[in-house]
Amino acid sequence: MKSICLFFQVHQPFRHRRYRFFDIGNDHYYYDDYANETILRKVAEKSYLPTNKLLLKLIKKMKGQFKVAFSITGVALEQFELYAPEVIKSFQDLAQTGCVEFLSETYSHSLPSLKNKAIFEQQVKLHDQLIFELFGQQPQVFRNTEMIYSDEIGARVYQMGYKGILTEGARHILGWKSPNFLYVNALNPRMKVLMRNFKLSDDISFRFSNSNWSEYPLTAEKFTGWLNKLDPKEEVVNLFLSYESLGERQPRESGIFEFMEHWVHNVVNSDTLKFATPSHVLEELQPISAVSVLHPISWADEERDLTAWLGNEMQKEAFEKLYKLSSRMERCSDSELNKDWNYLQASDHFYYMSTKFFSDGEVHSYFNPFDSPYEAFINFMNVLSDFKIRLNAMVPHEEEDQELAALHKIIDEKDKKIKKMEAELQRLRKSKLQQKPAAKRR
Amino acid sequence: MMKVLMFGWEFPPHISGGLGTACYGLTRGLAGLKDVEVLFVIPKAFGDEDQSTIRLIGANKIPVACKEIVFEGKEKKMDSLEVQSEIIPYVNEEEFWNLKSKRYAAKTQFVKTDEGMKIDFSGTYGPNLMEEIKNYALVAEIIAKENNFDLIHAHDWLAYPAGIAAKNISGKPLVIHVHATDFDRSGGNVNPTVYAVEREGMEAADKIISVSNFTRKAIIEKYGIPPQKITTVYNAVEPVSADQKPLFKKGVNEKVVTFLGRITMQKGPEYFIESAYLVLKKMDNVRFVMAGSGDKMNEMVSRVAQLGMAEKFHFTGFLKSGDVYHMLQMTDVFVMPSVSEPFGIVPLEAMQADVPVIISNQSGVSEILNHAIKIDFWDTYAMADSIFGLLNYPALAGFLKKSGKKEVGGLTWHHSAKQVLEVYQNLLNM
Repeated sequence: MKSICLFFQVHQPFRHRRYRFFDIGNDHYYYDDYANETILRKVAEKSYLPTNKLLLKLIKKMKGQFKVAFSITGVALEQFELYAPEVIKSFQDLAQTGCVEFLSETYSHSLPSLKNKAIFEQQVKLHDQLIFELFGQQPQVFRNTEMIYSDEIGARVYQMGYKGILTEGARHILGWKSPNFLYVNALNPRMKVLMRNFKLSDDISFRFSNSNWSEYPLTAEKFTGWLNKLDPKEEVVNLFLSYESLGERQPRESGIFEFMEHWVHNVVNSDTLKFATPSHVLEELQPISAVSVLHPISWADEERDLTAWLGNEMQKEAFEKLYKLSSRMERCSDSELNKDWNYLQASDHFYYMSTKFFSDGEVHSYFNPFDSPYEAFINFMNVLSDFKIRLNAMVPHEEEDQELAALHKIIDEKDKKIKKMEAELQRLRKSKLQQKPAAKRR
Repeated sequence: MMKVLMFGWEFPPHISGGLGTACYGLTRGLAGLKDVEVLFVIPKAFGDEDQSTIRLIGANKIPVACKEIVFEGKEKKMDSLEVQSEIIPYVNEEEFWNLKSKRYAAKTQFVKTDEGMKIDFSGTYGPNLMEEIKNYALVAEIIAKENNFDLIHAHDWLAYPAGIAAKNISGKPLVIHVHATDFDRSGGNVNPTVYAVEREGMEAADKIISVSNFTRKAIIEKYGIPPQKITTVYNAVEPVSADQKPLFKKGVNEKVVTFLGRITMQKGPEYFIESAYLVLKKMDNVRFVMAGSGDKMNEMVSRVAQLGMAEKFHFTGFLKSGDVYHMLQMTDVFVMPSVSEPFGIVPLEAMQADVPVIISNQSGVSEILNHAIKIDFWDTYAMADSIFGLLNYPALAGFLKKSGKKEVGGLTWHHSAKQVLEVYQNLLNM
């Protein structure tokens, strides 16, 4: 019996407005509310809501035979709360069926796993808290931003308390090996690794409605047939998709929902296939070998590496400058700053700065609110400059600033003391005035 | 061996704008290809032009034996041409000022020849421009008669009448090369005479080469030419040789942002000034330079004074080509805010000199460049923001320098010439 592990990523960043350098120090609001709301409403109506409805229907119909997993980022959940609370409700309905597993990830769909251990842990903790609050689940399996994974990251995530992790079944990593087995981390064999079958995943998410594709149209029967044709010894097929694929990238008119419905029926009724969530896969299957990933991989682009986010000097610079603030952010308790800090970390901002689209990837430009990577970089750096000014005021950086802040604090305290004493004085004077006539009388 | 008779108006080193540079680059590119031979005609040959790769003749060196007959024939077509100095394109900056200060009465002139029966051309853009164009066409007929060639290639409107004349006498196909239209030069106030010459050239041509899709669109929409007749071939740059790059140090320890070009409506100098003002409001260690001259210069100087930033904003006047290199070497950011730019070769020169560039979307060159910041010329906020970004975020400037230089290295005349040859071949095989 082969397990089909169906997983969806749900993420929406808080997009920045055009933040000009004139705004630095003057205006601390960074977000394009209009774009964020319209995009979110659009995707919710085209994809999240109808797909959730379909999944709920299928789960109920299949009586527990159909299972899926999600990782929903904290920033996406925040936007649901703001612009489409009914989406949260529909995910909660799914959570209550017991057939849906929520995975752990970073709160902001961010990249600190590549940079800063403390921030990484903080981001994950923040995310899991929110998931527990909303869906009552304590995530057991981890999915890093954009499937980014390396031996080191896997081992660290194990130490953070997770038993398994999802990543890309990258060809240059697996070589002749098949992604359709359970693997373990090369540094820590107790950490299980699920490898994405990118061919079959992308058949649905990218190629489904492409009429130039030789396999077009893709029917449920055909797809189930492919699954059955796989080597019988293979144990798990990891279909990891971006949730917008259903309904947004593959629109309703393409027949994607009908495809899903029929295909789920086919799998559930099959004797050779069944659905399983990542946690089930970890419980049921024996890992067959270790997989060694020295340099981080991801599920992006042909190269399956980090170049979509950290490929050029601008991206690296922005990334460095952002995380240079880490230690001070740890000391910062201001809620507004922390909120912006979370939104700033979203990997999307770095993605917009990619210069790869000149050669590769309609995908890049499709998701990009900026006309050019240069514009994206300038905008982000302007925002970051303002953020730094605010952080400086709150948590000073330079010694001089620190001294100044300390002095300010002393002055503030003295002011308070003076006020207090003045009040005291006033009170005493008053009581003395009141006492005086009494004394005379005496 | 394919022989091409090419008509231009200027040729290095006697140039005042991009036209001569482009003609030189293209002919050199063509010379590098097999099976093409170019005979390049200009109104006035000085004798010091680089003739290592092509044969160049000056119309002033051709005896006009049959002047009267030809002249009469041309007179019918050309008699409406009158001289108006305001509409003169590519005007040499120095000459422009001289022209503006004098007033010329339009007068009818007969073809003047010297003792050797040769017409004396100035080869510039003086007040007798229309006369010269007419005479140029006249000589073109003689040249066309005396030389063997397979097709004719005429560069920009000044040479269109010459191209048409050569076509009429020889029956060979005519290619015209549109480096600009009067819509670019005039900012919309098209001179009807120039328009007529341009349109006549475009209609008479068998094939049109435009320097960008931006220009191609103008030819289709404003001149009513069928799209299939026009092919876009982008300009390129000559690689800079080491000796052309003297290491030059700037005297100030401040950033320098440069505008380099004619100070005319077409180049959008006022938008540069407004952006400079916005930037100076936010940062101090920067200077702005407007290099060039033109009819809007006084207006610009007073605007800078009005904004109270004259101590940070400098005018250099017209720069000679050597000084252009120096200027670019002192430059940290180059801005070309052109309102209407058929191509725009200076950003490419800036990129060669390791300078990051900001160009307007309303320029032909923006169609081929990836590694440049592109803005709308009227969006002074975006322009200012880009300048600020380049000055304050070193990673951006660094990346643009590196990748820009690489990109511009790929824009060779060899490549452009191959596309031009393709146009020739298609035309001859038709």
